[in-house]
Amino acid sequence: MSDVASATGDLRDTNLDGPALSARLGRVWGTRRGLLGALATVDHKIIGRRYIVTAFLFLFLGGLTALVMRLQLARPESGLVGPDTYNQLFTMHGSTMMFLFGVPIGEAMAVYLVPLMVGTRNIAFPRLNAFSYWVYLSGGLFLWVSFLLNIGPDVGWFAYVPLSGPEYSPGKRADTWAQMITFTELSGLAVAIEIIVTVLKQRAPGMTLDRIPVFVWALFVNSFIIVFALPAVMLASTFLILDRLVGTHLFNPAEGGDALLYQHLFWFFGHPEVYIIFLPGTAFVSAIIPTFARRETFGYLALVLSLIATGFLSFGLWVHHMFVTGLPQLGAAFFTASSMLIAIPNGLQIFCWIATLWDGRPVWRTPLLFVAGFFFIFVAGGLSGIMLASVPIDTQVHDTYFVVAHFHYVLIGGNVFPLIGAIYYWFPKFTGRLLSERLGAWNFWLTFVGFNVAFFPMHISGLMGMPRRVYTYGPEMGWGHLQLLSTAGALILFAGFLVFAWNVIASLRRGDVAGANPWNSGTLEWATASPPPPQNFDRIPLVTHREPLWAERGGLPVVTGLSVGHRELVVSSVAEAEPQLRETSPAPSIWPLAAAIAVGVTFIGSIFTPYAVLWGALPIAAALTGWFWPKTAAEDEE
Amino acid sequence: MSARGSARRALALGLALPLAGCTFVQSPLDPVSPQARDLLWLFWLFSAVLAAIWLAVMLALLASFRARRAETADPLAIDPRRERRATALVAGLTVATGLVVLVLTGLSYAGQRRLFGDEAARVTIRVIGHQWWWEVQYEDPEPSRGFTTANEIHVPVGVPVRLTLDSTDVIHSFWVPSLTGKQDLIPGRTNAIHFTAERPGLYRGQCAEFCGMQHAKMGLLVIAEDEESFDRWRRGQAAPRPEPGSDEARAGEAAFVAAPCSLCHQVRGTAAAGRNGPELTHVGSRRTLAAGTLPMSRGNLAAWIVDPHGIKPGVNMPLVRLDPDQLNTVSAYLEGLK
Repeated sequence: MSDVASATGDLRDTNLDGPALSARLGRVWGTRRGLLGALATVDHKIIGRRYIVTAFLFLFLGGLTALVMRLQLARPESGLVGPDTYNQLFTMHGSTMMFLFGVPIGEAMAVYLVPLMVGTRNIAFPRLNAFSYWVYLSGGLFLWVSFLLNIGPDVGWFAYVPLSGPEYSPGKRADTWAQMITFTELSGLAVAIEIIVTVLKQRAPGMTLDRIPVFVWALFVNSFIIVFALPAVMLASTFLILDRLVGTHLFNPAEGGDALLYQHLFWFFGHPEVYIIFLPGTAFVSAIIPTFARRETFGYLALVLSLIATGFLSFGLWVHHMFVTGLPQLGAAFFTASSMLIAIPNGLQIFCWIATLWDGRPVWRTPLLFVAGFFFIFVAGGLSGIMLASVPIDTQVHDTYFVVAHFHYVLIGGNVFPLIGAIYYWFPKFTGRLLSERLGAWNFWLTFVGFNVAFFPMHISGLMGMPRRVYTYGPEMGWGHLQLLSTAGALILFAGFLVFAWNVIASLRRGDVAGANPWNSGTLEWATASPPPPQNFDRIPLVTHREPLWAERGGLPVVTGLSVGHRELVVSSVAEAEPQLRETSPAPSIWPLAAAIAVGVTFIGSIFTPYAVLWGALPIAAALTGWFWPKTAAEDEE
Repeated sequence: MSARGSARRALALGLALPLAGCTFVQSPLDPVSPQARDLLWLFWLFSAVLAAIWLAVMLALLASFRARRAETADPLAIDPRRERRATALVAGLTVATGLVVLVLTGLSYAGQRRLFGDEAARVTIRVIGHQWWWEVQYEDPEPSRGFTTANEIHVPVGVPVRLTLDSTDVIHSFWVPSLTGKQDLIPGRTNAIHFTAERPGLYRGQCAEFCGMQHAKMGLLVIAEDEESFDRWRRGQAAPRPEPGSDEARAGEAAFVAAPCSLCHQVRGTAAAGRNGPELTHVGSRRTLAAGTLPMSRGNLAAWIVDPHGIKPGVNMPLVRLDPDQLNTVSAYLEGLK
């Protein structure tokens, strides 16, 4: 790269135009062919695509575990799986869906889309981005390989002590869970910081705070929630590992520890986690609705403020997971009030979206279909959440199938439906081809009907006294018919996902060619080719409106003067997005992968001996030295 | 039918068909105490309000599907008058959301006060959670009247009962939905609930907090009966085990005490004084075995002793090898411990 720079001097994009500029930038920002090139890439689109595909694979695996559980519960006293396998299955299901799908999928979509939507050429800290993907992948593989080796965790995705402590969970199963958390933590935090910095400092000139797309706002707020929430669960899992491996007694009441401390730490993360999963859903909905309502978003300011309010309030609700642990009643009542309070910003969002549709001209393509499904399901889940916020009602329905129904309405309704809609929406951007609308309709109706048949009856199962996390039940309990119905629904739901998978695979090769902006959308990611070239934009757009492509029908004004000799992007001011600097963006490197391997081996090794941390520090230090080896940046030579 | 009559009928039914359908209830929808009825009322109230809101949102959504602008309209063209109206409407709805939330919070708090308010209990029972069974201690100012039993709680009808809850191993949760909401049993802490059973009957409950391998088979029964029957039962339970009445039972007792059984189980009046497993002094009087897993019978006792891990995999009861004669006499003996 430095050869090119020295040979061409300081060649700027003002000296080139059209295909010549495009080709030159493509070479500078491109990823080299071959395995090494693929492993060393720092292109946010390639890494984002990997992230998305990996998260969907974990969604599929998590779905399979759910299917086995549903088959086991289809009839009383079924012997399909035993208690040991069943307990591993629901632990794997919860852990996979929460840590390997729920958190990563929002970040994955953000990694791909946020740089495009704010009009920059790569994410901030691209090598960290590569590193975080590798860490995420290795954490997921670690968990699933452990499961296949029959040392998968069996203590629930929440791993409450003392059950997960050294005395009641001998062996390595709970350690596997705790270290998987550490992997997820690390990658989740890293991506959150990249998103925050990208949004704050890399927005295209002119994209003032009030021109940032709601999608980007949602993922930006989400990243802050991640930054503040994940350290709490890291503390919980680290304390757990210390109790288990080093012999501390942080959670051992017999030695002055406290079992409830763990729950506080866990849910201080665990409740914001729900919003970490839901806010990307609101991001997708906020992007899909204006495009398909053919009207700009109603209540932009209200939407942004409600996102921020949700972000703050999400940290004041955690105790509603602990209403039956015997906490002081007045304190518990406070959390009833705060849990119900969050209905206000969420209600406001729903009203704004409906108002946008109301004043628009809805175009019924698959993405909007999924958004309609989102409204139907998520609003129901949100409202049953208000019941759970009430301490007295919660004492009856807590830890029953009513809660299982509730949070699947919230999470599948609030995340997965918008997500599938989002994939239909952005698939043409990712791949250059449209997904089939005919299969899309099948996909939607199977998923929608299957979901409701599977999960609505669970409300009633819960009210009939069925607790969660039971591997079997007696015929005399009278839950058999409803459970069978839920299983039938789960099979239909699964069929819906198979149609989705088939649609994706088939459309990759045979889908209609999309063009740059197939839906006639207004945001910046549609201003570039589908799929976008390595440099994203030949020239950085100048933003004059919240929906630049709708406001500037004659073509976007652009910023010029960036180097085409090396990777250079624009750094802009936080509030007004005034261009401040031309900054070099890091080139591909294999070191992030090496660092991820070193870190992964250390984490896994530490399950077996604390000395792994000591010895693992050496390869980690070596990898980081390689990664950060000082190089003279182009702008420093000037 | 008098209350006592229906109690006897329920008990007779219960004895005849311990685990067949319809002899017990385990559902918040079948309340038999003022506490559970109050909770159900609150539940339906919330449900009605929230279902109405859901319906209204869905109708608004359906109405919003109508095309209200021309196909060629600029997506950025906004009619300021319509926009102001919509803004006022959205603001009004947001305020209304706040009001609904406020009212529901108030109702919830009032319900919470009633549920956890102080009430002078006449019967206090200590429940200790174990993996995967319930230890039940009846406390009495006079120690000789106190006793310990397992997995079955008798309460008098119409009398306020207080349960104190704790655990010696992992976290469990005590939940008998027909009587009141659940409450966790947490090592190092003591929680309490109270309820007043209004009708005689069998009310099933089970552990509601995941507690390990056999969380699913950690059931219990609450038997509400009239005060007279309750006092009779209580006196009987406080007494040592009945003297074995037959040669078979005497042989069974000898085998039981000599075998490792006595290391974990207590039978008051004999040398068996273990405290790790359920107390068995009057085990034959209970309706179920292994925390609601099997109906009590001589055959099931034998089956349980022979193969506890086949019936409840992972259970802490070890396989104790008894020869067929011993198995026979021990099960007869245990069944006779009424």
